[in-house]
Amino acid sequence: MSDYSLKTIMNKPERLAPGHRMCAGCGATIGVRAVLRALHEGDHAVIGNATGCLEVSSFMYPYTAWEDSYIHNAFENAGATLSGVETAYRVLKKRGKLPEDTTFKFITFGGDGGTYDIGFQSLSGAMERGHDMVYVCYDNGAYMNTGIQRSSATPMYADTTTTPVGKKSNGKMQNRKDLASIIADHNVPYVAQTTLTQNFEDIHRKSEKAIYTEGASFLNIMTPCPRGWRYDTPDIMKICKLAVDTCYWPLFEVDHGKWILSYEPKKKLPIEDFLKEQGRFKHLFKKGNEDLLEQFQAEVDRRWEDLLYKCAR
Amino acid sequence: MAIKERMSGNEAVSYAIRQINPDVMPAFPITPSTEIPQLVSTYIANGEMDTEFIPVESEHSSMSAAIGAESAGARSLTATSSAGLALMWEELLLAASNRLPLVLALVNRTLSGPININCDHSDGMGARDTGWIQIYAENNQEAYDNFIQAYPIAEDDRVHLPVMICQDGFITSHAVENIMLLEDAPVKEFVGEYEPEEYLLNPGKPIAVGPYAVSNYVMEAKKNQEIALENSKEVILEVAKKFYKISGREYGLFEEYRTEDADYIMLIMGSAAGTAKQAVDDLRERGKKVGVLKLRVFRPFPAKEIAMALRNCKAVAIMDRCESYNGNGGPLGSEVNAGLFRNKTMIETVNYIYGLAGRDFTVGDACSIFAELEDMIVNGKEIEQYQYVRLRK
Repeated sequence: MSDYSLKTIMNKPERLAPGHRMCAGCGATIGVRAVLRALHEGDHAVIGNATGCLEVSSFMYPYTAWEDSYIHNAFENAGATLSGVETAYRVLKKRGKLPEDTTFKFITFGGDGGTYDIGFQSLSGAMERGHDMVYVCYDNGAYMNTGIQRSSATPMYADTTTTPVGKKSNGKMQNRKDLASIIADHNVPYVAQTTLTQNFEDIHRKSEKAIYTEGASFLNIMTPCPRGWRYDTPDIMKICKLAVDTCYWPLFEVDHGKWILSYEPKKKLPIEDFLKEQGRFKHLFKKGNEDLLEQFQAEVDRRWEDLLYKCAR
Repeated sequence: MAIKERMSGNEAVSYAIRQINPDVMPAFPITPSTEIPQLVSTYIANGEMDTEFIPVESEHSSMSAAIGAESAGARSLTATSSAGLALMWEELLLAASNRLPLVLALVNRTLSGPININCDHSDGMGARDTGWIQIYAENNQEAYDNFIQAYPIAEDDRVHLPVMICQDGFITSHAVENIMLLEDAPVKEFVGEYEPEEYLLNPGKPIAVGPYAVSNYVMEAKKNQEIALENSKEVILEVAKKFYKISGREYGLFEEYRTEDADYIMLIMGSAAGTAKQAVDDLRERGKKVGVLKLRVFRPFPAKEIAMALRNCKAVAIMDRCESYNGNGGPLGSEVNAGLFRNKTMIETVNYIYGLAGRDFTVGDACSIFAELEDMIVNGKEIEQYQYVRLRK
C-alpha cells in the first residue's frame, strides 16, 4: 500500500479499549489492535476469541474492552463458533432480517495453543468450508495463559514449564509446526504470516487484505510474550525485527495460491542474535551446547530455503 | 386439515424442521440420527426450505457453530446421537449457560463401550445435568409433535434455554408408523418468527457473549439459569395447551395410562412405554390393577408431580434404559426415589435396568415385572431393589 501512513492509522478510533487486563508490553494486544485498525470505518465486526490470555483479560464480566460484538465460546472451537456467526449473517441477510446496507466482518483471535493444537480441527474445518472470515493466530509460542507450557508452535530447545531445561533436558525436543503452510495447503484465498515490525505496515496491509478478501483467510502473527520468552519488556520491537532479520519468522503471504515473500533481509543475521535476547534459550549459550545452536540454525536455513523456493515458483 | 402419512421418526422430525425452516443447521453424521441432516440437506437441495446447512467436521463443532449462529440472532438447531452428544458435552453446558434457545434432535443410542449402534438412553442421561430441557417421545408422532413445540418453549422469555427432543434410536427413528402431520401454515404460525432481544449482529447495539466471571458473579448466574429451568415447566404445559388447539393431541409433563386405580405402576420413558401399555391392557383383562406413567419431560424433572401421581399405588417399577454406574441404580431410579422421599410419598419401588444397547423389552417382560411387584406386596417376597431385565446369566 503506497499511501500507508503510521500516523494516520494510529489516529483511527481504537476498537480494543484500554483498561483491559493484559500484561504491560504484551505482544498479543499490540497485534490485535493492529488487525482491528485495518477494519474500514463504518464497517461492523463480530470478534471471536478462543479461550486464552486475550479472552480472560479483555472480557471479564461485567466489563468488556471490545467495541464490536464479541463472542468467546471455548478453547478449541473459535473456528467453528465464528463459522456459525458468519452463516447466521448470510442467512439473516438473505431473509431480509438485517439492513441491506449493513456490513459485518468476522475476525477471530486464538493463541497458538487454541489454534495449532486444541483448536486445529475446528480451524481446519472452518477454513475448508470457506466461511467469509479471518482467523488470526497470535502466536507467542506456548500456553502462556496457563503458565508457559509447550505447544506445537514452541520453537525447538525452548525452556517451558513442560519442557524444562535440566541435567537431562535441553528444553523442547521437537521443531515447531508450520501452521501457515498447513493452512495454505487448504487452498484458501489468503494466508499470511507477519509480526510487529516495519512501522506496522506489513501487518496492516495483510490484515486489510485478509479481512476484505472474500472467503476464509488466515493470519499468523508472531506476538512476543515478555513473561514466556524472558526478554526485557521494552525490547519487543527489537525482538520482532531480529525474528524477521534472522529469517526465524519470515514475512510472506499466499494470495490465491501464489506464494509471495514480503521481505528479504539485506543481510540474514545469525540465529544467535534472536535467541540470545531471550531467557528461554539461555542454556543454548552454555559451553558445550554449540551443536544445539548449529542445529537450530540449520532448521531455520532449511525452512527459509524452502520458502524462497515456494515464492520463486 | 391434518395429513395422514406413514413415516419413520427421523423422517417425521425432518418434516417438522422443513416446516419450521430455521435459520442455521450445523450437523455431523452419526448413526442413527444421520438421516435427519441428510433429509434436511435434500429438502434444501430441492428448494423446499432455505435453512443454511453447515457440514461441520465434528459434533463439537456442530454445537459450537449452533451456539455462534444462535448468539448472532439466528434460530439454530442440530441433530446427533450417542458419542456425538458426548463429544459436544462441553458445548451443551455453554448453550444453556449462555441462555441460547436452540434445539437439538437427539436420537438416543448407547454410549461406548462396547461400541454399539442401538438404542438406550445413556447418551441423553449423560447430558442430564447440562441445563437443557429434555423431552422424550414414545413414537414418531410424539417426536414430531415435540419438535414443533420445542422453539416456543425454548424462546419463551421466562425460559431462554435450549431444548433436546429425544426419540429412541432405530425403534422410533427408523421404524415406519402411521402419523398425523400438520399443514405447513399452522406449524409456521405456531412456531412464529424468532425475535431475539440481544444478538451479535445487531448493528446498533454490539454485545459480548461468553465472559469470564469471577466467583462473585457465578453463583447468581447459575441460580438464574436454574430459575429459568423451573419456569420452563409451566411454559411446557402452556405450549402443550396451544398445541392441542392445532393438533387435537394432548401433552403434559408425563402421561398417566390406566393409573387412576392402579396398585402397580410402571414408570418408563421412550418407545418401551408402548410395550408397557400393551402389558397393562393384557393384565387389566385379567383383572390386575396396573398402569403406566410415561415420563415425557425428564428435564426439568417433575418430582412433585410424579410423587402426586404415584401416591395411591402400592409399588412402582422404575424403568431405566441406562446404567449410571453410581452403584445405586439408574438415573431415573435415583431421581424418582429422591422425589418420592422429598414429597413424603413412602411407597415401594424397584429399579429395573432394561433394553441396554437395543436389548429387546417385551410385553412378557413387562408382565413379569408387574407380577414381581405384586409378589413383593402381597406375599412379602423380598426382591432386589436394583436389577437388570433379561440379563443373560
